[in-house]
Amino acid sequence: MKNLKKTTKVDFATYIGVTLAFLIVFILQGRGMLTNAMESWLVPVCCFIVMAVSLNLVVGVSGELSLGHAGFMSIGAFSGIVAGMSLAEAVPLVPLRLALAMAVGAACAALAGFLIGIPVLRLRGDYLAIVTLAFGQIIKDLITCLLVGYDKRGLHFVFNLDGLRSVSDLHLEEGGVAIIKGAQGAVGVTKMASFPAGYVLVMVALVIVLNLIRSRTGRAIMACRDNRIAAESVGINVTKYKMIAFVVSAALAGAAGALFGLNYGGLASSRFDFNTSIMVLVYVVLGGLGNIWGSVIGAAVLYILPEALREFADYRMLIYAIVLILVMLATNNDQLKALVGRIIPGRKEADANG
Amino acid sequence: MVFFSYLIGGISLGSVYAIIALGYTMVYGIAKMLNFAHGDVIMVGGYICYCAMTYLNLPAIVSILLSMVVCTVLGVVIEGLAYRPLRQAGSLAVLITAIGVSYFLQNAAQLIWGVTPKIFTSAVSFPLPEGLTDLGISSEAIVTVASCVVIMIALTLFVNHTKMGKAMRACSEDKGAAQLMGINVNRTISMTFAIGSALAAIAGVLLCSTFPTLIPTTGSMPGIKAFTAAVFGGIGSIPGAFIGGLLLGVIEAMAQAYISTNLANAIVFAVLIVVLLVRPSGLLGKYVPEKV
Amino acid sequence: MKKSIRFLALALALVMMLALCACGPKTEQGPGPVSNPGAESQPGTEPSQSGNEPSGEASGTFKLGGIGPMTGGAAQYGMAAMTGAQIAVDEINALGGPVQFEFNAQDDVNVADTAVNAYNILKDWGMQVLVGAVTTTPCISVSQEAYNDRIFCLTPSASSTDVTAGKDNMYQMCFTDPNQGLSGAEYVKANFPDAKIAVIYKNDDAYSQGIRDAFYGEMKDSIVYEGTFTEDTQTNFSVQVTAAKDAGADVVYLPMYYQPATVILNQAKAIGYAPTFIGVDGMDGILDQENFDASLAEGVLVMSPFAASSTDDRTVNFVAKYQEKLGQLPNQFAADGYDCVYAIYEAIQAAGLTADMSTADICEALIATFSSDSFTFTGLTGADQTWSANGEVTKVPMAFLIKDGVYTTP
Repeated sequence: MKNLKKTTKVDFATYIGVTLAFLIVFILQGRGMLTNAMESWLVPVCCFIVMAVSLNLVVGVSGELSLGHAGFMSIGAFSGIVAGMSLAEAVPLVPLRLALAMAVGAACAALAGFLIGIPVLRLRGDYLAIVTLAFGQIIKDLITCLLVGYDKRGLHFVFNLDGLRSVSDLHLEEGGVAIIKGAQGAVGVTKMASFPAGYVLVMVALVIVLNLIRSRTGRAIMACRDNRIAAESVGINVTKYKMIAFVVSAALAGAAGALFGLNYGGLASSRFDFNTSIMVLVYVVLGGLGNIWGSVIGAAVLYILPEALREFADYRMLIYAIVLILVMLATNNDQLKALVGRIIPGRKEADANG
Repeated sequence: MVFFSYLIGGISLGSVYAIIALGYTMVYGIAKMLNFAHGDVIMVGGYICYCAMTYLNLPAIVSILLSMVVCTVLGVVIEGLAYRPLRQAGSLAVLITAIGVSYFLQNAAQLIWGVTPKIFTSAVSFPLPEGLTDLGISSEAIVTVASCVVIMIALTLFVNHTKMGKAMRACSEDKGAAQLMGINVNRTISMTFAIGSALAAIAGVLLCSTFPTLIPTTGSMPGIKAFTAAVFGGIGSIPGAFIGGLLLGVIEAMAQAYISTNLANAIVFAVLIVVLLVRPSGLLGKYVPEKV
Repeated sequence: MKKSIRFLALALALVMMLALCACGPKTEQGPGPVSNPGAESQPGTEPSQSGNEPSGEASGTFKLGGIGPMTGGAAQYGMAAMTGAQIAVDEINALGGPVQFEFNAQDDVNVADTAVNAYNILKDWGMQVLVGAVTTTPCISVSQEAYNDRIFCLTPSASSTDVTAGKDNMYQMCFTDPNQGLSGAEYVKANFPDAKIAVIYKNDDAYSQGIRDAFYGEMKDSIVYEGTFTEDTQTNFSVQVTAAKDAGADVVYLPMYYQPATVILNQAKAIGYAPTFIGVDGMDGILDQENFDASLAEGVLVMSPFAASSTDDRTVNFVAKYQEKLGQLPNQFAADGYDCVYAIYEAIQAAGLTADMSTADICEALIATFSSDSFTFTGLTGADQTWSANGEVTKVPMAFLIKDGVYTTP
């Protein structure tokens, strides 16, 4: 173990930490020691951990501010739901169908990520941020216009451009089901997601992202972030590496979306709006930019926080906002930093290097 | 004729966006931060004006002034408490704090004013000749467009011809150098927030006069749209925000009228993307070449 | 750089949160008025042989859960329904009869996943019957869970047919959207036979879309213009109003809630357009908005089962209590919430349920009662309401004409 690099140790600690957390929760769940409320957090927490980890790849590692990450989640969710529902007969085994749905969600989101990445990655800084925000909104609006149904003849799509079409325009045969009903979103979804599936997805995301970061590609991505011009001058194809980070991130968000979508009986595309993108960004920033296990903890804590604050009823979101501001102020306070440096000696040095 | 009505609607909406965008662009240009709480200051401005008119029975103009004063104080307080301690921190830290402030304002407004919509009586209504109404021109539209132009010109003069304006431009160029030249950077930034928030109050009143329901989330969508408008025109540029806002409003109205009401928002954002691809720093934004 | 402090802060937050979570179960076991250990929900139990008709007196303290948006953009609807339900619970408890209620309302922010979280919190609390969810999308996801857990649900206002489809334990207090649209179409046909009709509706809202679909199916030949809007564009209707005016429509059908409708009326007035506006039940509440200029709504027809201006004792009493609580007039959401609790109360009495029965047994008994022909309910939102086995309510919508700022019967 001593020969391992520090980063490798941290990575393994992350895997072990996540696995331990999973095992503890899983055993507690098996013995009926979790409340129903806690059980209902498990899958969404897994989804948002993957969201945060994947967004960290873009914001923290690649250094581009993205304000439209929920858009990819949305694409993943709805394509995953369509796949999961329409394959019901072809693939009776639920875990396999769930895996397929997640794969479809990831593929669709990756494709979207690639198409969006072409224009987006030509821009810099805040202009890039606003364009990702714009794409997030566009995706939400497009899905609001989408009608999808399934019957014996296969899948049927109607795009409700003029806003005047409804489910009857799908012309479904007898026994056909409308899966996505435009603005109302997906209805009558069979719940397939489970906590173990969420754990597997988190581990897959961690393995992909951590290995990507520690690889030659990852170092190239970080070089682009730290100094674009210097990276270009040593022959790194900046656009290519930024694109790799962007597409991988989109694919993971798509898989998370598929899992999320298949965890609820109904879901509207308005769930994946600007606020959700911002939410995930908050997880990432509070967890620490570029710090993957920080994102894991950040997402878990901050998803549960508003639920845990329910006791305060009307003041719940107000308290959440205050906590958010105070944490940001505290973590950027020089005096507090100095204090922590004094309490934990050696920490300061590591900080200075990091 | 109908086209003309759509155009008027679009220009009137665009003027509101422009006023909000002017506030955004000022703050961004000088403090270099995306103030996502700006939209919620608009909402507060609307509520203050509403309360002054309905509960205190003050005349409209006094209510507007009161709302400007309250928002100015609010803006300066927010800046002092939440943003100033983060001056040295990364831009993302400030962004997240701004989001926290935005949540705070929305939820505080819900606790104070409740969740049911308040119906805003137009603060700027006056009788118009019959012919104008038939064209789809309302008094609100006239006031909105006029005040937008006045504010734009006043801001341009202020920034270019006063000492404070000069200080603002200096801070926007280089904070460190400005400080060395004896400019009080903190005061300049506070001043910027004060102006931006006062503009937000005006925008709030005009927004609610044209679209009269007022709820705690009233400001968020216009806030995002105005942010888009500011980027559209080139963020940091005052005439840019004006043109960006107007164009955005007109495009939105035209898209709703002739393409699809469903996708009007999507079309607005698509146009923004195209513009940014052709002109990566917006219509009137300055292109800053990177130096090694 | 600042990692150490960030983690310290996160760790603190985590500790705080765990402390909060730990409080949850404790309060559950606290000295509440309930003393029936058997009343706790048993999600694992199979539904007992359905339709068991326990004879005898209904008694005990039942735990009613409520779910609705109480923060965010849709908060007004959730607040109204939950406040209405709370008033009914207080009234029933004040009667001091054998059947008592405990009511616990949770916020869902109008989002499906938060609604499921809220549902599970209520389940931990020991909810036996659910009043909710108030809005459609959350209600669909919650009803799926409740169907699997066998908990009886009566939603005040989630009116889509998808809410009840395939779920025998899900009942609605409000009209279904298609019924609403059909009765609107009949009304227009009868009263405005040759009218040119314009429809403006919100097509990212299941409620609005559902009513429009049914209305459109009946009236497509006389519709001259259809305009849509979404959540993000519901502050500006200048385009839709101008287009309706341009198309020469003399009746404008507005299947939507009162809030966007207010803006439409305002903008129509601004451009001097005065057709007959016809609203749906969601339009109720338009006059009760603080500072609303009633002259805007002059001549507007509202098809609603509830009117706060009614003079019968129950409505007057309810309006007074609601005003005391929230300082404003109740709308149809509040009345639906109120009626939900009373309908459940009467059904519990009719079935002779006791609070120590398992949740699943209560659910089956309530399903049997609600769907039986003999069970009729008279509340604020209509007399002699009955339910069909698929959960839909049958009641008569009333058309009100707004005249001089009050509802009148045309």
